[in-house]
Amino acid sequence: MASDNRKEKIVVTGLHKYFDKNEVLKGIDAVIYEGEVVCVIGPSGSGKSTFLRCLNKLEELTSGKIVIDDYDITDKKVDINKVRENIGMVFQQFNLFPNMTVKKNIMMAPVELKKMTKAEAEKKAVQLLSRVGLSDKAEAYPGELSGGQQQRVAIARALAMNPDIMLFDEPTSALDPEMVGEVLDVMKELAEEGMTMVVVTHEMGFAREVSDRVLFMADGGIMEEGSPERLFGNPQNERTQDFLKKVL
Amino acid sequence: MGFSRVINDALPLLLEGLKLTVLVSLASIAIGMVIGLFVCLMKMSKNIVLRAIAGVYIWIIRGTPMLVQALIIFLGVPQLIQMAVKDFRFDAVTAGIITLSLNAGAYLAEIYRGGIMAVPKGQTEAARSLGLSKSKTMRKVVLPQALKFSVPSLVNQFIITIKDTSILTVIGMAEVVNKAQQYVGSTFVYFETYSIVALMYLAIISLLMVLSNYIEKKLKYEEKKSGK
Repeated sequence: MASDNRKEKIVVTGLHKYFDKNEVLKGIDAVIYEGEVVCVIGPSGSGKSTFLRCLNKLEELTSGKIVIDDYDITDKKVDINKVRENIGMVFQQFNLFPNMTVKKNIMMAPVELKKMTKAEAEKKAVQLLSRVGLSDKAEAYPGELSGGQQQRVAIARALAMNPDIMLFDEPTSALDPEMVGEVLDVMKELAEEGMTMVVVTHEMGFAREVSDRVLFMADGGIMEEGSPERLFGNPQNERTQDFLKKVL
Repeated sequence: MGFSRVINDALPLLLEGLKLTVLVSLASIAIGMVIGLFVCLMKMSKNIVLRAIAGVYIWIIRGTPMLVQALIIFLGVPQLIQMAVKDFRFDAVTAGIITLSLNAGAYLAEIYRGGIMAVPKGQTEAARSLGLSKSKTMRKVVLPQALKFSVPSLVNQFIITIKDTSILTVIGMAEVVNKAQQYVGSTFVYFETYSIVALMYLAIISLLMVLSNYIEKKLKYEEKKSGK
């Protein structure tokens, strides 16, 4: 692969995850390179979201190893909070803090974690809000915003920590159709700027257009991966063919 | 009727008792809120010993009448301590505040726990994913929201604590009911005296309810468009 001389950003080896006795991830090996945009697609229940949530240890893994920027996050001595500061995450349900204004949502983590002074964080928040097109909403509460606006704030909140990896967990699945575009546009911009991104998504158009590589997951494993042109144009695995036939 | 007589004769006495009622209530609520927070966090901790201690505490307090607890603390516990410290005694107010705080603490712990569990898991996940530690997530994200969910139950518990001060008359704490008993003991004007005492409670608790409505309104931040 051409990406071989690029820096490895996330290296996953032999990842297994059980929920009680139910094996959700059945031995996953994957490498995400610096600056790469990787979309993870597949039927529901395939373990996509669980895989993503293991990458910042929101989900404890049962066995296997995940190395991020040379930090083995499965090593108990590694401070996961420090590693997470460099990994932004965006959720399906936005998960904004409803008791804080939009601006406070964005400023909270950098200030609390002493990455920035209050003034710096405020400046950053203003800058990020203009970037996601919501400058006029700084003083609004999340409950006053549409789903699309909330998700854009959530992206801004994640970016406030200056992460170099962004994880997206079905960021548009909870949105009304007319709001999907505005969120994908922000993500596209981010991708163009060279952010390392792992995106679990059902938006095949986005996966095809924006990603450098697509992983197809089914039954707790990666069944097939490849460039979007290759994977969408000429899927090899039977499960991939079957899935794409249904969704495209 | 003898209302004017009671007001003329006994109002200063009753107000003095009421003052103690209010002070003891405030102190017990404040201490109880702190106890409750710690017990709640203990009960939710991963450490089985902490969880067990909290569980036993809540079990005992909820499972026994406060009247009996007050008697044990005021009369029983000093007897034990006297074995080590000669002539040790609690005064009634101290014993009263201890009883009420321990009582409120147990119930408040459960109220907090309910509030914490009502905060969606996504809130914790969002905070943790930003790099906040467990305890910071609790303090900065979960507890403020949990408090909001808890306000109605908290106010309810405050009301119970205020009313329960009257039980402490059995250990001779000179709160308002105790003062009233002193007065009717020599004058026998039961209806008027106790009615006035009842009105005093009603006034204080009404005040608290007005305050809580105000706080609830202040804390209302969402529910405009989100609709979820």
